[in-house]
Order: sequence, then structure tokens, then C-alpha cells
Amino acid sequence: MSSCRKRCKRQILKFAQYFFRFITGTLNADSVEDELELSAVRHRPEALELLEAQTRFSRKELQILYRGFKNECPSGVVNEDTFKEIYAQFFPQGDASTYAHFLFNAFDTDHNGSVSFEDFVMGLSILLRGTVQEKLNWAFNLYDINKDGYITKEEMLDIIKSIYDMMGKCTYPILKEETPRQHVEIFFQKMDKNRDGVVTIDEFIDCCQNDENIMRSMQLFENVI
Amino acid sequence: MAAGVAAWLPFARAAAIGWMPVANLPMPVAPTNKNKHQDEIIILNVSGRRFQTWRNTLDRYPDTLLGSSEKEFFFNEETREYFFDRDPDLFRSILNFYRTGKLHYPRYECISAYDEELAFFGIIPEIISDCCYEEYKDRKRENIERLMDDLEDNKDSKLPNMTFRETMWRAFENPHTSTMALVFYYVTGFFIAISVLTNVVETVPCSYMPNQRDIPCGERYTEAFFCMDTACVMIFTVEYLMRLFAAPSRYRFMRSVMSIIDVVAILPYYIGLVMTNNEDVSGAFVTLRVFRVFRIFKFSRHSQGLRILGYTLKSCASELGFLLFSLTMAIIIFATVMFYAEKGSSSSKFTSIPASFWYTIVTMTTLGYGDMVPKTIAGKIFGSICSLSGVLVIALPVPVIVSNFSRIYHQNQRADKRRAQKVQKAKLARMRISKNGSSSAFLHSKRNGLNQSLELTGSLEEDQHLKKTTSLLESQHHHLLHCLEKTTNHEFVDERLYEQGYLQTALQNFPSQSPSLSSEEGITGTCCSRRTKKNIPPLSATNTHSHTHNLQELSALHIQCGEQHPLNTSRSSLNLMSDESGSLNCKSSGLVTTAIISIPTPPSNNSRANPDAPPPANPDAPPLPNPGTDVVRISAL
Repeated sequence: MSSCRKRCKRQILKFAQYFFRFITGTLNADSVEDELELSAVRHRPEALELLEAQTRFSRKELQILYRGFKNECPSGVVNEDTFKEIYAQFFPQGDASTYAHFLFNAFDTDHNGSVSFEDFVMGLSILLRGTVQEKLNWAFNLYDINKDGYITKEEMLDIIKSIYDMMGKCTYPILKEETPRQHVEIFFQKMDKNRDGVVTIDEFIDCCQNDENIMRSMQLFENVI
Repeated sequence: MAAGVAAWLPFARAAAIGWMPVANLPMPVAPTNKNKHQDEIIILNVSGRRFQTWRNTLDRYPDTLLGSSEKEFFFNEETREYFFDRDPDLFRSILNFYRTGKLHYPRYECISAYDEELAFFGIIPEIISDCCYEEYKDRKRENIERLMDDLEDNKDSKLPNMTFRETMWRAFENPHTSTMALVFYYVTGFFIAISVLTNVVETVPCSYMPNQRDIPCGERYTEAFFCMDTACVMIFTVEYLMRLFAAPSRYRFMRSVMSIIDVVAILPYYIGLVMTNNEDVSGAFVTLRVFRVFRIFKFSRHSQGLRILGYTLKSCASELGFLLFSLTMAIIIFATVMFYAEKGSSSSKFTSIPASFWYTIVTMTTLGYGDMVPKTIAGKIFGSICSLSGVLVIALPVPVIVSNFSRIYHQNQRADKRRAQKVQKAKLARMRISKNGSSSAFLHSKRNGLNQSLELTGSLEEDQHLKKTTSLLESQHHHLLHCLEKTTNHEFVDERLYEQGYLQTALQNFPSQSPSLSSEEGITGTCCSRRTKKNIPPLSATNTHSHTHNLQELSALHIQCGEQHPLNTSRSSLNLMSDESGSLNCKSSGLVTTAIISIPTPPSNNSRANPDAPPPANPDAPPLPNPGTDVVRISAL
């Protein structure tokens, strides 16, 4: 009973307030919604010396990298949407968002939803200055979407589909439904030695090291910076 | 590519390592950065103010003055800086364009000065970013119109050799050109006034005799008024005919509003002349005389303000429509309410809902004649609400109309819709250009056959040739796209070719005389036994390196070498009848299907199979894309 009365009192109070405001002219309780504006996350990277020690880049290269990074992301971190946007600009004909998503997860090693400059530079260090072993490791990490140490056919299908998505619609020859699947089959035939349906890191590295094409193409981007 | 994104190109290329284990084909060789010097700061001295920036920043846009070698002309050897004798304030925006990739137009700057600076530095104005683009276009159009106005003023004094007709037309349109035109202008104005006055005075009662009832003057002095009317109508007719004669496009003139008003103004007189004093039609004739009042609209030729008012009303049509609609709604609601409220009272004037409309309108517009008054209390309450709401409903659209009028008045009849449409169209066009920009650049460079020089066995000359035509950034981007092509074993094509290919795959399922090869099964063709084993000569090496810019469509022989099936050439009936020589050296055994597709010189990028180019033939046979097989294309030269 008392709760009912309390509720009634509250309603009456609200109505009286509304009526009062109606009379005096300030309708619509211009609620200054203090929407706590998500203070822009600002992130300052670690000191240059520290990064120099941790990565294989020289001081000058780190400077150049940081300038470019900061130019595009003034707040110091890249979130997934910005990442997708940036990556999509390189592939105007297709849809790069899925592959960018996988890339983002590969770069975001601590899985906190954003790529800071350290993550960025660590990733690049492996890709551009790492040993072949490290590069293959990184690639395996990219393909292994759930990071359980095995690449399944479904994961590979997702990755390959996302790569084909980047091509877009206007390709020659026309992209067909089964093309990614066939590509996955070829990949698994090559990589899955014990035919157990998954590719482990050792199978992967083994097989890649025996493939001359792959070895050669790994060296392709040595001189990027 | 945007400037900021250029900084991320190394990242994108590094990430391409993720494709490598998946790719089945070898990757093209990367473009090398021959002159890899340390990034240095260059000094740009613009009329004394020194700007400094990285050299790389300027290199982002190689087709502008600062990004190309053209700036070397401005290099000052003693001070080791680039000196430009231009406006330093405007240079700020230009340099910011290099830094951020966005070109802004500062509002306080003069439009022509800005245009000149852009032209000097080789930047096209279309890349002004969206935030400033509207402003820029508005100012530009204003400027152009002002220039045109000035031109017209000057033009009036010139042009001695115009035909008589043209002179007349110009005199009609712009009375200030000559004295005759001015005289004519004033005379017609005077007669319009006289005519209107006559119409009005005609109906004033003048007493004929003191004890008789008043009759209007028109009936008393019939001949006088008739003479006046005739004179006016004759002047108007002559004027109309002269305008019709002088008009450059008579049809368009006859359709214009002013000429319709002219015709409507003088027609009643002639109809009255023609008709006799027949009792039946005299009623209608009297009605026609009402149209004589339209002569007052002829004044709009003489008054700019009247024209603007008319134009305002036309352009505010939507607001007026809204006003009308809301008023109608309110009238119906209140009329219904008042009717039912007053139903009870006796001797109520509110006999029906339409009858209540009159009360509602009079009340809402706050006229309040008082011929219909509510008597019940409910009626009075609702009546007061009605009058209050009337004020609101009418007051709302009025400021919009007023502001419209003032805007148009100040801008002197600028067509609003025209402007919005142009901007919209231009914006769409710009978006399309920028979207197609990078993708078409890649396709274009592919057509030029540059990419095939980036094979893993690329030679040095091609690298040099490359450097000349594209910037390093562009070539790296193209290399990245090329790697993607190799990974997926598909090629980028533009829309046109994609549609062609799409149509041809649709034809694929057509059973035809041509090879009954279906991509699903990959069965070797069995028919056309006569034409099997047709051999095509190997494509000579020179063909691959022909950097001919064949912009016309060449038909290309498309050969696919599959991996599984024995060599079996089969062709559709129409093609390659004339081509006999050569042998197909498909080292990898594969099914070969020929399909003629019109494609501009594509690079032949497979060293294993070197078929020769057949003469152009009609595209007829469908291609049979077999994914996962090598694709070789030959072009006719």
C-alpha cells in the first residue's frame, strides 16, 4: 500500500513539474544530457629507444613510420573501423573489410580492440625484417582465426573468400562460387600431409619451406621501408 | 590516393605476405626505389615567407608543379631554396593540400586570385574537398555571371550590324537601349494604365438625371468608353504583333507567360466585336470582360519587383501548398466541431458543416464578420480555440515566404533548382571520378603493358620506362594489386569487359557447334573434328613487349591451357577460318578453347604457351573459364 502511495506521489510530482514548466514556457526539459563524451582515447607510444630495441627498425625508420601513423590516426590508436577504411583505399574495386578484419586481429596481439603504434611496428618488423620462420609464423597466425594452433578448412575458406572479395566483381575470368573452395582444396592438398583435415604449424612451415615459389615471394617485400 | 594513405602503403604491402602461402602463381617483381635518398626538408620561399616541408610530401602529387621537376625552374642556387614570387597567404592552402590531401578554399579570398594560384601550381579545382566545394562553386558562378553582365552592357553599344528584327527585339527587351525603345516603353505603360482606369471608371455610377436611379458611367457615355477601349486594344494588338515579329523564336514567345497575358487581355474585345447583341451569349460576353483586368498584369514587364513577386510565389509553391493543406485540415476539423456543438441551439446559423466552413474561415483569419456567431457555451469555447489556432497556422509559413522573397530579390532571380541540380550532378560526377580514379589507373597501366615487365625476370629497361610514366607510389600500389591478381588467379577488368564476359558466360550453356566444353566438367571437345588440331603459331617475343597503346578494341584470341586434359583445340565455326599457320605450343597439356573476345592489348604473361595472334575475328565463341588454370591471352596486332 505504501509503495503504491509512493508511486502515486512521484507521478503527481512529475506531473506538477511538467505543468509548471508548461506554464513558464520551458517545455521539453531541455535536458542537457551530459553525454559523457567518450574522451578521445589518446595513446602515447613508448620511447623511441625502447622500440628501437624491440624491433629491427632503425631510429630514422621508426620516425618515418610514426609520422605516417600519426598523420592518419591522430589519436595514436587505430580501431577496427579506421583500419578497414584505410585498407579499403588500396583496393577500390573490391570489398577489403573482411580481410582487413583478419589482418586487424593479427596485428592486435593483445586483443584489446585497437592497434597501437607498438603493435603496428612489431607486426611490421616481423613482416619486413623477420626471418622466414617468423614470417611463416605470422602468416599461420593470420590464417588461424581462433588461434587454436590448427587451420581448419572452414577457417581457410573464410580467409580465401575474403581475399577473393578484395578482387571485387569485375574480374576476368568471372568469379564463381566454387572458386574459393577449389582454392582451399588445392591448399590443403599441398599442406595437409597427414590428411587429418587440419594444418598444424609444423606442417605449414615444412611445406612452405619446400616450396620455392613461396620462399621467393616471401623475400619480395624486403625493401618496402 | 590520399596523402595520408600513402604513408600506409608500406603496411599494405607488408601485409600482402599473408597472401603468399595461398597463392598458386609466382609473384611479380617489386618496383625498386632506385634513387633512395634520405628524406630531406626543402625550403619554399614564397615572397619572403619560408615554408618548409619534406620532399616526400611534395612528391605525393607528381602531376602538379611542386611535385614534379617543374619546380627546379624556381630553384635558387645561392640560397638553396625554391623561390616563388606569389601570394604567401594563398600558398598556405596549397601547401596544406600536399600535407593533408584536402584542398580547402578560404572564404575571405577572392575567387579569381585563388583560381590563378591553382592554375599556376597545376592543381585542378575539382579536388577541392566537400567542405569548401559548394562555397567555391557559388562564388565562381557569381563571378561568371557578373562578368557576363558586364559583357552584355558593353555589348549593347557595339554590334552595328544586327538585323532590323534583332534590333527590335533588343529594344523590346531592354528599353534603355535607344530613345525609341524608351518612348515605346512609356507609351505602352501609359496606355495600360489608361485601360485599367477605364475599366474601373466604367462601373462608377454617374447620375443621369437627379430623380432617376444611378446608372454606371459606362452605360451613359457608351461611345466614349468604346473609343477608349478600341484605342487601347489597338495599341496592344500592334505591340503584340510587333513582338511576335521580332521574337527570335516565335513558338517559344507564344508559349511564354507574358504573351499569354497579352492575348487574354485583348481577346474579349475582339470576341465582343464578333458577337452580335445576342441575348443568350451576352451573359457570357459580360463574363469575358472580366478578363480585361488581366491588362494590369502587363505592368509586370515594366516592373521588376512584380516579376520577382511572381517568381517568389512560384518558388514557394511548396510552402504555399503546405499552408493551404494545413488550413484545409484545420477548417474541416473546426467546422465539424462547431456544427455539432451548435446543433443543439435553436435558430442556429450553423445549418450544415459546409455552412460552418464560412464561420471557420472568417474566424481563423481573424476577420470576424459576425454574421455567424456561436450561441452555446461549448460553441463559444471551441470558437475561441479556433481563432487562436488560426493565427498560428497562418503565421507559420509566412516568414518562409518572406525570406524567400528577399533572397530572390537580392540575388536577382537566380534559379534555385537549377543550382541544386548542378551541384548534385557535379558532386556525383566527382565522387565517381575519385572512386574510379585509382582503379582505372591500375587498369590503364595494365593496358599499357607495364605490369608484365614486372615479372620475376624483369629487366632493367622496363624499370626505367616505368619510372618515367608513373610515380613510385603508384607503381608500388599497382604491384600490390598485381600480387593480388596472381594470388587469386583472376584479373581486374573494367566494367565494360566484365559485362561482355558475363554475357558470354551466359551463352556458355548454349549448345553450339563450338566446343562442347563446359567448365563444370572440363570435357574435351569432341565435335568439329575437322577443325581440331588447328595450330596456332607461337607468339613471338616481340609482341609481348609492344607497348602499343591500342585504345581501340582488338579481338583477342583467348586460349586456356588447363592442367588435366590433353591438347585439344576446338573452335567455334566463325573464327579463325583464315588463320592457319603456326602451332599451338601448349607445353602444359590442356584443353584449349578459343574464344574471341574484344580486349585491348593485354599482356601475354605466360611464357609456357606462346600462341600467335590471329587476325581479328568476330567475338562469337563463349569463353570457358576454368578456374585454377593458366590463362593466356593473345592479341591481334
